[in-house]
Amino acid sequence: MTVCGAGGEREVSFLHGALRVAQVKGGDGVHAFLEYTVKRQCDREFLDPLGDRVSEVDAILSLGCGVGVQVVAERFPDVPALPGVNTSFMGATEQGGVWDERCAACGDCRLAETAGICPITRCTKGILNGPCAGTKNGKCEANKDIDCAWVLIYKRLESLGQLDKIRRYYPPRNFRTIPRPRRLAGITSIDLGGSNG
Amino acid sequence: MANSLFEEKLYSDKFLVTSEVGPPKGMDVADMVHHIDLLKDKVDAINITDHQSSVMRFPSLGGCLLVKERGGEPIFQVTCRDRNRLAIQADLLLACSRGIQNVLCLTGDSIDVGDHKEAKPVFDLDSVQLLRTIKTMESGKDLGGSDFKGSPKFCVGASVHPEADFIEPQLIKFEKKVAAGAQFFQTQGIFGLESLRRFMQYASQFEVKILAGIIVLSSARMAQYMNDNVPGIIVPQPIIDELSSAGKGKGLQKGMEIAARLVRTIKEENLCHGVHIMAVGNEGIVPDILEMAQIVGAAP
Repeated sequence: MTVCGAGGEREVSFLHGALRVAQVKGGDGVHAFLEYTVKRQCDREFLDPLGDRVSEVDAILSLGCGVGVQVVAERFPDVPALPGVNTSFMGATEQGGVWDERCAACGDCRLAETAGICPITRCTKGILNGPCAGTKNGKCEANKDIDCAWVLIYKRLESLGQLDKIRRYYPPRNFRTIPRPRRLAGITSIDLGGSNG
Repeated sequence: MANSLFEEKLYSDKFLVTSEVGPPKGMDVADMVHHIDLLKDKVDAINITDHQSSVMRFPSLGGCLLVKERGGEPIFQVTCRDRNRLAIQADLLLACSRGIQNVLCLTGDSIDVGDHKEAKPVFDLDSVQLLRTIKTMESGKDLGGSDFKGSPKFCVGASVHPEADFIEPQLIKFEKKVAAGAQFFQTQGIFGLESLRRFMQYASQFEVKILAGIIVLSSARMAQYMNDNVPGIIVPQPIIDELSSAGKGKGLQKGMEIAARLVRTIKEENLCHGVHIMAVGNEGIVPDILEMAQIVGAAP
């Protein structure tokens, strides 16, 4: 399933059709394209149904996010896995066809102190102790179309009666919470009720 | 004992005058040295900018070394944009070891306003955290908690924006900077004395020295450009009109008059503890502005 219209069954089907049309119109080789949509791409067992098909192909073009491309590559080491989308960020739908980044999945969540507005994602500098001096008309110095996160945070904290939260000193971030690549261990799918959603 | 000549003056009753010199793009430092020589006996300290407006240049620390070599008093501008906490601490150790002990702690402009737009913005620290880093270093430890063999001492400053169009969060940040140990503030460029008066009414409750930032405008076009492109700067319309009223080729002269008028009034009315004159590319005219404002040279 897809929310952003980038990589669900419908998109796979569109891309399959587009590749065939492109080949008819000017392809310099003869390729056969197969399409298949897996239920989930970041768990290896969901890729099992691909096993027989993969032995027949020269490459796999994935419309999953960057995680999915890599799990496919690990699961089928003898076949090149190619990204069919450029995974950009975790965002919210602003309007049809427009998404705004909201979370950096940084592992150092501040939202409880910042009125539910993320300074790490939404401030271009990701600073923690209030606005820089570059904000003008409530906008960011880096882009006049983007709201200054710290102006939003201040206003929302003020209306919530929580300005003490912006007055506090926040020490330098612990980037050690995000050694790359990160691993989250200790929680199993059984703990979570074995959901496959 | 004061950590620097500038710190000593900071706690005297002297009306302080600082100015800034922007390092060149490239190795040719002749103009920078010329400007340092022009200013070093006329001002109390010379700021050396740190890739101002995120445009890559000869480093601030290199410029500060030149100021020392020429017999001047440097203020090392340190932004958080380009270095992580290791690199910043190392540069501060080098600075102090070479007698560069005045530091202006800044967040730094966004990478996006500069000439290396695809560079990685660092911001490992912010300006408040940088101030606290310096206090930690002065206590003999680095940010990792290890002991120094030989601890540095600094005179630390920060920036504040009295003319921000949304002032409340800026004042909260100002107070965080005071609590973090800032001894002096060089304000962002101000153009109206009313905002400075209002700010000083508030700021005078804190034991810090305030130097009003004065930007020397050279034309109405430059003022408009700054309004449109320079982070935080808001040149009011009457000043733009005054610049427009100057005849062709007289813009800079008018800008100098405006700057001198501000400096003179601030000093006469004792509005704050000093001024920080930013002539952005026209450093050579700062002594003339001081003369126009009837400010005598820095006492040794």
